Amino acid sequence: MEITFHLNGEEVTLLGASPTATLLDWLREDRLLTGTKEGCNEGDCGACSVMVTDRRGSKALNACLLFMPQLNGKSIRTVEGVSGPDGELHPVQQAMITHHGSQCGFCTPGFVMSMVTAHKNGATDHDVQLAGNLCRCTGYAPIIRAAEAVVGLPVPVWIADDTVVREPAPAAQNHTPYAPRSSDELAAIYQQNPEAILVAGATDVALWVTKGLRDLDQVIFLEGCSDLKQIEITGDKVRLGAMVDMNAMRDAIAPLHPSYGEMIRRYASVQVRGAATLGGNIANGSPIGDNPPALIALGATLHLRKGTIRRSLPLEDFFVDYGKQDRAPGEFVEAVSFARQPDALRCYKLSKRFDQDISAVLGAFNVTIIDGFVTEARIAFGGMAATPKRASHVEAALLGQPWTKQTIKTAQAAFDQDFTPMSDMRASAHYRLESARNLLERYYAELNGEATSVLEVSL
Amino acid sequence: MSVLSQTNHGPVAKPLPHDSAKLHVTGAARYVDDIPVPAGCLHLAFGLSTIAKGRITWMDLDAVRASPGVVLVMTARDLPFTNDVSPSIHDEPMLSNGSVHYVGQPLFLVVATSHRAARVAAHRGQFDYAEDDPILTVDQALAADSRFEDGPRVYQKGDAGAAIAAAAHTVDGVMELGGQEHFYLEGQAALALPQEDGDMLVTSSTQHPTEIQHKVAEAIGVPMHGVRVEIRRMGGGFGGKESQGNALAVSCAVAARATGKPCKMRYDRDDDMVITGKRHDFRILYRAGFDDDGLLTGVEFIHLVRCGWAQDLSLPVADRAMLHADNAYAIPAIRIESHRLKTNTQSATAYRGFGGPQGMVGIERVMDHIAHDLGLDPVSVRQLNYYDAPEGAGLGGAAPRPAASPRGILDKKKDNTTPYGMPVSDFELHGMTAQLLESSDYVARRTVIAAWNAGQDQLKRGIGFSPVKFGISFTLTHLNQAGALVHVYQDGSVHLNHGGTEMGQGLFQKVAQVAASRFGIGMHLVKITATDTAKVPNTSATAASSGSDLNGMAVQAACDTIRERMAAYLAERHQITPAQVRFEDGMVIAGGDEMTFEEAAMLCYQGRISLSATGFYKTPKVEWDRIKGQGRPFFYFAYGAAITEVVVDRLSGENRILRCDILHDAGASLNPDLDIGQVEGGYVQGAGWLTTEELVWDGKGHLKTHAPSTYKIPTCSDRPDVFNVDLWDGQNREETVYRSKAVGEPPFMLGISAYLALSHAVSAYGETYPALDAPATAEQLWSAIRRVRDGV
Repeated sequence: MEITFHLNGEEVTLLGASPTATLLDWLREDRLLTGTKEGCNEGDCGACSVMVTDRRGSKALNACLLFMPQLNGKSIRTVEGVSGPDGELHPVQQAMITHHGSQCGFCTPGFVMSMVTAHKNGATDHDVQLAGNLCRCTGYAPIIRAAEAVVGLPVPVWIADDTVVREPAPAAQNHTPYAPRSSDELAAIYQQNPEAILVAGATDVALWVTKGLRDLDQVIFLEGCSDLKQIEITGDKVRLGAMVDMNAMRDAIAPLHPSYGEMIRRYASVQVRGAATLGGNIANGSPIGDNPPALIALGATLHLRKGTIRRSLPLEDFFVDYGKQDRAPGEFVEAVSFARQPDALRCYKLSKRFDQDISAVLGAFNVTIIDGFVTEARIAFGGMAATPKRASHVEAALLGQPWTKQTIKTAQAAFDQDFTPMSDMRASAHYRLESARNLLERYYAELNGEATSVLEVSL
Repeated sequence: MSVLSQTNHGPVAKPLPHDSAKLHVTGAARYVDDIPVPAGCLHLAFGLSTIAKGRITWMDLDAVRASPGVVLVMTARDLPFTNDVSPSIHDEPMLSNGSVHYVGQPLFLVVATSHRAARVAAHRGQFDYAEDDPILTVDQALAADSRFEDGPRVYQKGDAGAAIAAAAHTVDGVMELGGQEHFYLEGQAALALPQEDGDMLVTSSTQHPTEIQHKVAEAIGVPMHGVRVEIRRMGGGFGGKESQGNALAVSCAVAARATGKPCKMRYDRDDDMVITGKRHDFRILYRAGFDDDGLLTGVEFIHLVRCGWAQDLSLPVADRAMLHADNAYAIPAIRIESHRLKTNTQSATAYRGFGGPQGMVGIERVMDHIAHDLGLDPVSVRQLNYYDAPEGAGLGGAAPRPAASPRGILDKKKDNTTPYGMPVSDFELHGMTAQLLESSDYVARRTVIAAWNAGQDQLKRGIGFSPVKFGISFTLTHLNQAGALVHVYQDGSVHLNHGGTEMGQGLFQKVAQVAASRFGIGMHLVKITATDTAKVPNTSATAASSGSDLNGMAVQAACDTIRERMAAYLAERHQITPAQVRFEDGMVIAGGDEMTFEEAAMLCYQGRISLSATGFYKTPKVEWDRIKGQGRPFFYFAYGAAITEVVVDRLSGENRILRCDILHDAGASLNPDLDIGQVEGGYVQGAGWLTTEELVWDGKGHLKTHAPSTYKIPTCSDRPDVFNVDLWDGQNREETVYRSKAVGEPPFMLGISAYLALSHAVSAYGETYPALDAPATAEQLWSAIRRVRDGV
């Protein structure tokens, strides 16, 4: 397929590029632009961060998790393209020098790109913007000082003017790699080619290639299906398209359910959230995906489509067993919806590190209390079973009971009936079960207004 | 005046940015994998073992050879000369000779046309093994008496057992202390370019170019003069590139020799973490006796050190742990027993602090335990046990400080020698502690924290203090030497080369500041160049924090040689003495004549004066016996102190660092901003080691945390919200370069204060001593809180 994009302000057209070549490898090996670094090749270190601009705006993304066809019609800026035409430094670059933000310098290009993007977008939540960039030398303090120093400085014209090459949406082709321009086209292609791999944000599929060393035969890139990126929020319903990325998801969810929004803040990093999609997080069926428990607790409905046939089911029913979902060949996730509701949702994500870490346990609690009694309870967990799973015995133990410490205590005992978690490198089975039990206590304490989060303590 | 001229004062002690800062931020700084390679460059990957212990009984590499892009596949039998990449005792075959010692051991080498082709092919080897039960844990190793050296090393002073038996109070305990992955952002990498006549040019991401040169020469059967090793910079090292780059450089050289093509190798991150060694994990058993005030009378430690499958640098690492078992405390009687256990895991290696941190954690744990049991402020207990300050003001301290110890300056003097018999004559921590307690408002905050904790059920805060006294010098004494090569060109520009390597620490800039100051010129005249074994031979690793101390002095010597020659020549022309010729502000002043340095260089060149010189330095005063554990292993000590405040949640064990205050001793700093960078970064790395960074192996010896998705180094928001870092206003009492002190490793140990703060927070949930293991992950803390609060 033909791919056209802007690279540091210059138009590039590639014919016949491998559909699973990553942007990182292409930059370094084909283009000899070695400023962009490979630190981990799995999207966890941010050394390969680049700025990608399309009609929606500019994002920092990990070049190691981007297949070349995903860039069609976009504008890419690498660290080599951050200085001005006459070599004048971007304010971020100057601040990084002034504040000693680089030591070994290997993570620096990635930091610079995240900071340049945040600066362009006016984002000043530096810890969030930079959570996806690891630095082993500085301890981060000087980098944050640099980020703070450029707040409010004007965006250089060569960065501000970075615009899209042309209307994306190339002509659909009838062989791999497919690039449908709408969900209707996707439905038709996928039905005919049910063996094909769907590539949404590629934050997972790219690892099959870079770490699993797989060759992917047939691929369908979903990037062109803009109708799947829609977010509809009405008076009684929220509907999120499968291609909604996790940064957009956070923006949409945070006002309705702040705790869920906060959980998404800690879900991977800005770079990964900018690519990762809701549909991907659900469809890959991981027991440690963070959205499913929260959505299950909200009573979400999953909308699937195969050809012209659509069906809907409660999200929890989609997850049949480890690695097994209720999805037919050629069927894809179209959207998720849930009812607008008063916010009682709390999402508790336990992991070794707060930011950019996969959950050991994710507990999502949504309990309705009327006149001191539990009238509805939806509690779901990730990391506790082979699938995201409701705590039905715990829910049953709460339902109809007075919302008291005693009820909590009784319900805590029911966790044993709901879950038999396993031990792995993230946590022991014992910790998983006991901390899950404790999270119900945290939920009770939090609704009672007690201080329960170490993230909210400051001096 | 030439275009180069620009007046400038002596750059030493100026807070200049890193010499490569502009290259870093523009992406123009080149690392090994960024160097343009000649056409036809081949790429290498290792095929790795999947079992921890056994013998290969059958091997089929046909599928590897048939894999697309494969040019050559090599096994141990195909290696032309030595099959060894050990930095110590030739016990580390680069490719397995049939026996397997850990999961991830290189078994064969693939040479292919691309990095990916090599990686793909490397996964296609077929093996059958006769598997043995692996020795993975310290208990298994002890049971099997699987160890390096014939038995434990013991260092002692006085009769610790008797002192503890006679003590008014005792504590004892066991602590598990985890290892640590270096997680340099740039993985291991090397490139070999075959030269005429069998010579080899190697570029290696290494802290130890001479070692690479030595191992490559052995492997391709040439004298060391046939191998040249170069490295401009590494993307982080932290000790992980002291010996762990040998296998890649040797592979590249062997493959380049076999194919006649340039060969490059870099580990994928997962391979890097699976193959290479990490910080040694320890189990520390301790027993201590003390009086009612917490004054130590005797301490015993047993260090059970998991060294992995090959010796590598484990002996000096374990030695250094013993040498830091006292940290800052004058302990009248002490016995340290160290077992260096051989296990079927990655060969543990150098890591910032080189065992020092592990030794230090042991005694800090003891201090914490004592203060807890006596209900005393842990800072006071520490101050009470400090070594005595040196007599007189001396050079070290800034202003004289009031006595800070609870007993005042003790009535009687302590026996101020370390457990290995070295007098402590530069102890700065009395003054530093007093200043830090004041600047951090420690006493008031401890009260505030207690009150806050009383009003909380779920969350508790804690505050911890830890001092650092870290010995500076290689304990293998002959390594304490360095060379430099300095050229002054006829236009006055200076070309600087020395044996140190740049891994981000700012060594090159600090040394260039020394060079510029010796000539009285601006930094723009000094060219910093790649480390190159052809320019400076027989270098020691850039390690042991020694980079600036050793290479700064060597460069100073080289510069002074040239300067003296210039001065002698100019003095003769002006009929004055050489001492009257001044080099300052970019000018050379000889009698009434004043010229730019550039003009002076031209004049000297025309006067046929040699403007090139080598410099050499060896550290004075160091001499000791590592078997007896007696003598002076260190030229001096570097000091630091930190106070960390944390908050912990009992339901989950989640925790955060809220604030950290640090006062660190860099002597008279060569560059205060770069040194503060080392302190900030060292602290965060140290705190990471003791909190979130957990290495997990399964029961068959597979490392389960082999990528940043599963191994969690600190990220941005893990640094303290409030982070106050200052340098102690002092100077080295020993004659080091401009009276500065080494700063690479010591600040790492300031992170111990985070562990102690967590211990303090956990102790707020009940009466029992928390006895935290490390890393104190959320799960570890949760478990400790249950012990303390609920007795389970």
